[in-house]
Amino acid sequence: MGTEASAAGVFSAAVRPVTLSVNGADRELRIAPWTTLLDGLREYLGLTGTKKGCDHGQCGACTVLVDGVRINSCLTLAVMHEGATIRTIEGIGAEGALHPLQQAFIDHDAFQCGYCTPGQICSATGLIAEGRARTPEEIRELMSGNLCRCGAYPNIVAAIEHAMRVAETAP
Amino acid sequence: MTTFGLAQPVRRVEDPRLLKGEGRYTDDIQPAGQLRGVVVRSPYAAARITGIRTEEALKVPGVAAVYTGADLKTDGIGGLPCLVPMTNRDGSHRANVPHPVLADGAVRHVGDPVAFVVAETVEAARDAAELIEIDYDGLSAVTDPEAALKADAPLVWPDVSGNQVFDWEIGDRAKTEALFAQAARVTKLRIVNNRVVVASMEARAALAEYDASSGRWTLSTNTQGGWLLKDQIGPEVFHVEADKFRVITPDVGGGFGMKLFLYAEHVLTCYAARKLGRPVKWTSDRSEAFLCDTHGRDNVTEGEIATDADGRFLALRTRNIANMGAYLSNFGPYIPTFAGTGVLASVYGFQSVYANVVGVFTNTVPVDAYRGAGRPESNYLVERLIDETARALGIDRVELRRRNMVLPTQMPHQTPVGKTYDSGDFLRVLDAGLARFDWAGFDARRAQAAARGKLLGRGLSYYLEATGGAPSERAEIRFADDGFVDVYVGTQSTGQGHETAYVQLTADRLGVDGSRVRIRQGDTDTIPVGGGTGGARSLYSEGQAILATAATVIEKGKRAASEMLEAAPADIAFAAGRFSIVGTDRGVDILTLAAEQHRAIREGREGTILDTAEVAKVDAHTFPNGCHLAEVEVDPDTGHIEVVRYVVSDDVGKAINPLIVRGQVHGGVAQGIGQAVFEHTVFDPDSGQLLSGSFMDYALPRAGDLPDIDVDLVEVPCATNPLGVKGAGEAGAVGSPPAVMNAILDALSSRGVLQLDMPATPARVWEALQAAPRAA
Repeated sequence: MGTEASAAGVFSAAVRPVTLSVNGADRELRIAPWTTLLDGLREYLGLTGTKKGCDHGQCGACTVLVDGVRINSCLTLAVMHEGATIRTIEGIGAEGALHPLQQAFIDHDAFQCGYCTPGQICSATGLIAEGRARTPEEIRELMSGNLCRCGAYPNIVAAIEHAMRVAETAP
Repeated sequence: MTTFGLAQPVRRVEDPRLLKGEGRYTDDIQPAGQLRGVVVRSPYAAARITGIRTEEALKVPGVAAVYTGADLKTDGIGGLPCLVPMTNRDGSHRANVPHPVLADGAVRHVGDPVAFVVAETVEAARDAAELIEIDYDGLSAVTDPEAALKADAPLVWPDVSGNQVFDWEIGDRAKTEALFAQAARVTKLRIVNNRVVVASMEARAALAEYDASSGRWTLSTNTQGGWLLKDQIGPEVFHVEADKFRVITPDVGGGFGMKLFLYAEHVLTCYAARKLGRPVKWTSDRSEAFLCDTHGRDNVTEGEIATDADGRFLALRTRNIANMGAYLSNFGPYIPTFAGTGVLASVYGFQSVYANVVGVFTNTVPVDAYRGAGRPESNYLVERLIDETARALGIDRVELRRRNMVLPTQMPHQTPVGKTYDSGDFLRVLDAGLARFDWAGFDARRAQAAARGKLLGRGLSYYLEATGGAPSERAEIRFADDGFVDVYVGTQSTGQGHETAYVQLTADRLGVDGSRVRIRQGDTDTIPVGGGTGGARSLYSEGQAILATAATVIEKGKRAASEMLEAAPADIAFAAGRFSIVGTDRGVDILTLAAEQHRAIREGREGTILDTAEVAKVDAHTFPNGCHLAEVEVDPDTGHIEVVRYVVSDDVGKAINPLIVRGQVHGGVAQGIGQAVFEHTVFDPDSGQLLSGSFMDYALPRAGDLPDIDVDLVEVPCATNPLGVKGAGEAGAVGSPPAVMNAILDALSSRGVLQLDMPATPARVWEALQAAPRAA
């Protein structure tokens, strides 16, 4: 549905519209041009599943998929993505069913506090689509942009490896 | 029952919500009409403030208010308390200094709060913050704790001479001196336990709402237990009853000790919400989190072990200089003293231990509890010192530990620092670890590494931790109208998976399916008291409370069932969730019984409500212990270190949920390896600026930096609680730093490097190799 989010509280004349396809629905925002994609999602569309861990592109908590590619949403402006397809954690997995990666995170106890987890899952979704990682070592390296202070890395790697195998054998 | 059994690796019940982006953390709550607050912080480590002008800031569109220390003073707002009474060696009390919420005319560390701007948006508040003019008169600063004790050091507080907060001791000094006098050998070591930035992935945040008609605040904030906040902010800060505050703790993205405390921003949001009559939210950005969250560790310690001619430990003597930062945080002085020294005897049969701890003010961020809180520091010293002793005596380091360990037959064991260990089988846990690690196969692996030009080292540590925290805990079981069993707990999960373990326990005791049990936490209005989560206390404290409450529920249930089934109470038995008349097939299950009693009361008939609350006294610590074994590969050309093999052989008592225990140990080890190899908190010694103030400068371990961590659980049940559990939350962070550093020194010793402090960064390792006298 085409909800129009207001730009309440922005005290600038420079508000401009941008339309994004977010998790399968076109959403129009009216935002200041300096608004990051992360703030656009969290503050204007109410999609708070994407997390702000550092706002400097150093922790990966804000990772989302833009046209299928994983990206730090804090390092890009929403207005740069007119017409783009955005997929956030809220758009991963179907209604009432978990995505295989989410299930793998449960089965492998791949997180604790859950704060970095949306970013880890979006990043891993992108990683699997890239098809670049083959070994646990490669998964570790290619997931190193996503910090986890709870230190769940061994289980995160195991979960991604498992989901990758599932994806390979899927019909 | 079967899907939620005890001792099973039950998958966590919290998970689906958190995996779908449906977690609700403090900053995710966005009430209509909320204002946003931004804190203006000192750019100076030490300065007098000679003027603040806010007029231009107040003109920025959307700005609602700007507050300074003068406003708080006018309104009688108190400062942040330190909760630790302490007596010095000479009988006097520790230094006490104020901790104003906003600067009182001076700033004492970079990041010290000076003003609070409240506006319609964060952007407007930031714009206004930049227009506040503050006149600073800069002063000399000191950041290093040893430097702060020198006679010519700048004083952080003019009234605190020598910057000394306290000079504290524990243990029998005379006996220790006598044992040192008769020792065959004394080994010494001086080590630095580096300051660590806690850096939970979710930064701190606070959302305050004030209801003028009732005079009550609702403060939603990420805590490790809202009761500690409520009990301080009411009486100590706003001078009202604690119950004027309702503290709600939503999902919390990691705490590690740092989210236990009352902070300035809790007060500022509550103050502004009352002044302005609207919800006020503050969310820390990452840069300020580095400057306003309490840090951990930061000790400089000298230790000595006295041994007899057979390599038996006689006595341990330590002197520790502990950096407290510029103010005393809630528990700051407690950490290196009461908390840390209690485990100095560790698993060894020292006849005497004496520790002297000196607390020091510096112009740095305050230091308080971080995962392990004093116990990692003590274990690090002892285990490094034992390796040093082994080297000096020419005794194998495993053998030296073996020779001095307390045996199971000596339990309960009273230590020279006043702890009584209830249980422990240290030799068995050690041997299990050595075998699993393939300690004996090291030479072949070292040869392989050498062929690739790498130095391989192996290290071990045997840690002992004393879990702590509040001395009682409460649980309440309520049978809800929708057929669920609600358990209200006084602990607070920040990612540990408590909910799952509590569901397992409740399901087991009440004989109901785990899917029918809900855990309620984090609201001080619905849960009147709680000890929160800290000191790895939750499962053994809350677990005992749940057991006590469930037992009362069952007793009440027997009375109710005897009425319902028309049988004598003595003839009612309870098993597998069902009350029945002994020797018959007549009975009623607990959920049906509870619902029937509720219905009876509602309809004005007699009934027995099964709902119960109990407070369990938690008067004994638990002493989790274990062996950490690490193998590291050093690149001598670059100084780069890779931890290539890691095994933990752990006695955390009975494991209610091995899956969760392993996850906790992984996390602790990750943080311990982080401290040992990566995490370097650096203040510029002249300006006092935090140079490592971002994730680009401060290296948290990343996925590629850590090995697989193999955790073997050797269960030696705790004798002082009915569950047999020992606290597992901190253990990994206690055992890992010495294991890793001992491994690094094992690798480097062949090149003549015999001492190195954490963190063993490539630059440090490389420099140590360059400076070492080359082995011929």
